[in-house]
Amino acid sequence: MRKILLGLLAVCALALTAPAQSGTVLLNAAGATFPAPIYSKWFDVYHTAHPNVQINYQAIGSGAGIRQVQAGTVDFGASDGPMTDDQLAQAKVKVLHFPTVLGAVVPTYNIPGVTASLNFTQKALAGIYLGEITKWNDPEIAKANPGVKLPSDDIVVVHRSDGSGTSYIWTDFLSKASDEWKNKVGKATSVNWPVGLGGKGNEGVSGLVKQTPDAIGYIELIYALQNNIDYGSVQNAAGKFLKADLAGVTAAAAAAAKEMPDDFRVSITNAPGAAAYPVSSFTWLLIPAKIDDAAKRDAIKAFLKWMMADGQNYNEGLSYAKLPKPVVAKEMKQIALVQ
Amino acid sequence: MDGAVPPQAGPRSFVHRLRDGDEVAHVVTLIFASLILLVTSLLVFILWEKSQLSRAQFGWSFFWTSVWDPVFSHFGALPFIYGTLVTSVVSLAIAVPLGLAAAIFLAELAPRTLSDYIAFLIDLLAAVPSVIYGLFGIFIVVPMMRTTIGPALKHTLGFLPIFKGPNYGVGFLTAGIVLSIMIVPFIISVSREVLLTVPREQREAAMGLGATRWEATWKVVVPWARTGIMGSVFLALARALGETMAVTMVIGNDPKIAASLFAPGYTIAAVIANEFTEATGDLYLSALIELGLVLFLMTFILNGLARLLILATERGGGHTS
Repeated sequence: MRKILLGLLAVCALALTAPAQSGTVLLNAAGATFPAPIYSKWFDVYHTAHPNVQINYQAIGSGAGIRQVQAGTVDFGASDGPMTDDQLAQAKVKVLHFPTVLGAVVPTYNIPGVTASLNFTQKALAGIYLGEITKWNDPEIAKANPGVKLPSDDIVVVHRSDGSGTSYIWTDFLSKASDEWKNKVGKATSVNWPVGLGGKGNEGVSGLVKQTPDAIGYIELIYALQNNIDYGSVQNAAGKFLKADLAGVTAAAAAAAKEMPDDFRVSITNAPGAAAYPVSSFTWLLIPAKIDDAAKRDAIKAFLKWMMADGQNYNEGLSYAKLPKPVVAKEMKQIALVQ
Repeated sequence: MDGAVPPQAGPRSFVHRLRDGDEVAHVVTLIFASLILLVTSLLVFILWEKSQLSRAQFGWSFFWTSVWDPVFSHFGALPFIYGTLVTSVVSLAIAVPLGLAAAIFLAELAPRTLSDYIAFLIDLLAAVPSVIYGLFGIFIVVPMMRTTIGPALKHTLGFLPIFKGPNYGVGFLTAGIVLSIMIVPFIISVSREVLLTVPREQREAAMGLGATRWEATWKVVVPWARTGIMGSVFLALARALGETMAVTMVIGNDPKIAASLFAPGYTIAAVIANEFTEATGDLYLSALIELGLVLFLMTFILNGLARLLILATERGGGHTS
């Protein structure tokens, strides 16, 4: 018995003191759930190309990701919403934002007897979610859909019950569409919704909408595409009704690229331009500006360069939109700031 | 044990008692018992400490504020306390009669082998994860509520304020129904065990005095076991208070107080599960943790009331098994 115990102890000691495989860089990252599929793909492909670099990503949510970056417990983080000035001030090191992919949010609905794809003006969506537009045949909705017979039923509003980047994008858009929304409700991953039922996750919202007659909800574009869920068109800043697709989302980012601030903390909802889909957004990687470990720093910088060039080719396969070229060019310059 | 201890002058020393094993058992079990206490105290301490920011900001008004606004940082627990209490009461109202009746049938009226098999199946029900109950709720109970149960209730009892208002399928009543399915196994299991321990003399004495089978059961056996049955009800209540996933899938997640059972609501456990991971901002996090503290307090108070009720019943003639 004693010999077995001694043997076990020896093995443990050896395992603990054995030096790590020289040259392997292990990076830990955590954050947003929205881009988790594309990040997993990227980290996997990158590891195959560079076997000495291993990146471990945990999709624990944007809020948790930001907290980890602030505390310095991860090498880098990811978030669907940019960090606020307060959050940046609380971080131990300066944090740089790198946009990685684009996402969009689409309105989905279930109206008995209506199979046509509906157009929604910005005022209509804001009014519905504020609880001011209560019936489907309200003039604000009807005038954008001539020829569609809308019932006089009460609208059942559905929103996200869990905190999420999708809600952030949606409320950001509504804040721009309506001053009343901006002052009364605001934009965040979780807000005090004036009306509506809450569903957990994209699947919760789409499930509730599918099951409840006269319901309207919002879901991620990717989720809608992958599950063949029909969705409506939203009016953009130029007045055109656009049904979301990857090209429209990239156009929104390109339009916003001209005014892009240097720290990339920008909202691209309601972007100018006729081809821009108004409910689009970046998702960011949060990289510390100062990394002490030289191996980790070089690995992160190399990965970022790869991500902006080859990595983008994998986006459309997973239904994420690519970053437009002007944004990529600007980001490449920011990589130099990581020291 | 007789005659094994050699005569010695004075009491045996601690070391002697240790070597004999008695003291070892005493110390080891004492350590484990105090570990439980330690973990509970640590839990309360963490809840208390991490909610400091929110308690300092809102004070007692946290209990009666109905607003939950993460953007403007106004947080109040009232809608969640209301939702937790309403869903638990509805679930008990459904589960207790059902569970007690089933337990009486299984203990008194069913043949023993059948009773054992069914009890085994009911214990399996208790082992099903709560997410599965949530899925069951979404796919079966919610449509049923919207198309069948809701309209039927409105038709017959629609004049009552608890059945007024639009019926979406999700809401307090649906959550209560799903919860009742989850807690009924606890009531049945424990009540059945307790009823089976009632001494045969009690039953036989009642029948000897001329009572029918049902009268003997309802007027003699069940009152004898009422302490244990009440214990099972409070066990079920404890589960209903803390249930998270199944509730959040069927309650509608709307932090509002409404009289109607068809209205959507929100419970403490559901809001913590939904908003905790994405909560940015220290006050927001602190408010969520304070909600956890409130739930802990509610459970504590309800368990205390349970103890008092059981004590009162014991004095009145019930028996612990």
